[in-house]
Amino acid sequence: MAAYNLAGRRDNKYKARLKITVFEGGLEAFRDAVEAEFARTRAAFSGVDQALLAEIEAAFAPPALPLRDAGAYHAAWAADADFRAFATQNVVAHKVPGYGIVTVSLKAHGATPGDATAAQMRKLADLADAYSAGELRISHEQNVILPHVALADLPALHRALAAAGLGTANAGLISDIIACPGMDYCALATARSIPVAQELATHFKALGLEQEIGQIKIKISGCINACGHHHVGHIGILGLDRAGVENYQITLGGDATERAAIGEKTGPGFAYDEIVPAIERILRAYLALRQAPEETFIETFRRLGAAPFKAALYDEGARDAA
Amino acid sequence: MSVIVRDDGFHAEDWAGPVVEIAADTAPDVLVAVAQSGALLRVGFANFGDGRGFTLARRLRAQGFAGRLRAAGPLVADQYAMARRSGFDEVEIPDAIAVRQPEPQWIARANWRENTYQQRLRG
Repeated sequence: MAAYNLAGRRDNKYKARLKITVFEGGLEAFRDAVEAEFARTRAAFSGVDQALLAEIEAAFAPPALPLRDAGAYHAAWAADADFRAFATQNVVAHKVPGYGIVTVSLKAHGATPGDATAAQMRKLADLADAYSAGELRISHEQNVILPHVALADLPALHRALAAAGLGTANAGLISDIIACPGMDYCALATARSIPVAQELATHFKALGLEQEIGQIKIKISGCINACGHHHVGHIGILGLDRAGVENYQITLGGDATERAAIGEKTGPGFAYDEIVPAIERILRAYLALRQAPEETFIETFRRLGAAPFKAALYDEGARDAA
Repeated sequence: MSVIVRDDGFHAEDWAGPVVEIAADTAPDVLVAVAQSGALLRVGFANFGDGRGFTLARRLRAQGFAGRLRAAGPLVADQYAMARRSGFDEVEIPDAIAVRQPEPQWIARANWRENTYQQRLRG
């Protein structure tokens, strides 16, 4: 902090950023300044910070997760289709046998992505205490994670979530969209994001294609600041302002995992009322092009590249029909 | 004119000795010479968003300067505690700031020794 405080740009607030200082002055020079500052500062520390760190580490000890009989889980799996869908879509394996990691979807179809009411948040806190060792995490996917749920408790948890309107079984599916607040709420935005996400979710649900399309990440940003991380979405949607009119630019093939990739711009953008049909054209092309239902959108994209998707996207006939 | 702020509130100027002015963009290496002087060191702040003076104050104290150290400029009352923690004895604010943020707002931050996370980590 001290090194940057002295070296950072003061003449232009848009350039008053660490990355600019490092870029202009060079990494070596800045690293030397930090090292020199560290050597100066170090003498002032008596070592009690290590004791504080140990105290903090103790607070993050993993919870005791005793082995539980999963009979209730298997019974619910056999009897209840909703539970099966939830357990399939929203639960992944825990490293401890007999436990799962549950994604509570805040992406009910047609609702504002990532929104929860005060009552829902209180309910989630209670459920975390009852079923997840008192732990609850907020994910970058705009969902809530219950990280330590015994499979034996999963049927009861699912019932409680469903009763609170939190049982949507769509984690990782097309309706599980990351969207920034967009022009409805944000002073920086150049286009709306939330209604686009809502329409995509309800549209593909109505088509009955959600399960068919499978795992896909759509991310929407309402301006170039990219809070929705559209550039790393399998399908990214960037809302811009073209002479006072919302215009949505599509990127394809972005990836936020260990195979990180920046999405590729497809070409001219689409108007607000054209964007959902445009996404549908891309996904119908995917369904036609994939080798098997197991091949996800991003895998098909990696195999074939952007060309066939662009062809489908800018197919004039399809556009007129839409 | 200006007002001198200390832990017990507003004061008029009461320093009669020599004053050395230190601009915010002074290179820290230059400070070694003045650290031994008996003058009041007056570190200038062009605006409240320019925090270089805090780092300079810390350096001066680290180099053994034991005399009076003053932050001069349009700081805001919330920064008083940080100025004191950085090593300043007092803050000199323009009259306009003193009118906008009267004495009680500065005295409210006279508890600068409390709740300092850096102190807690240093031990």
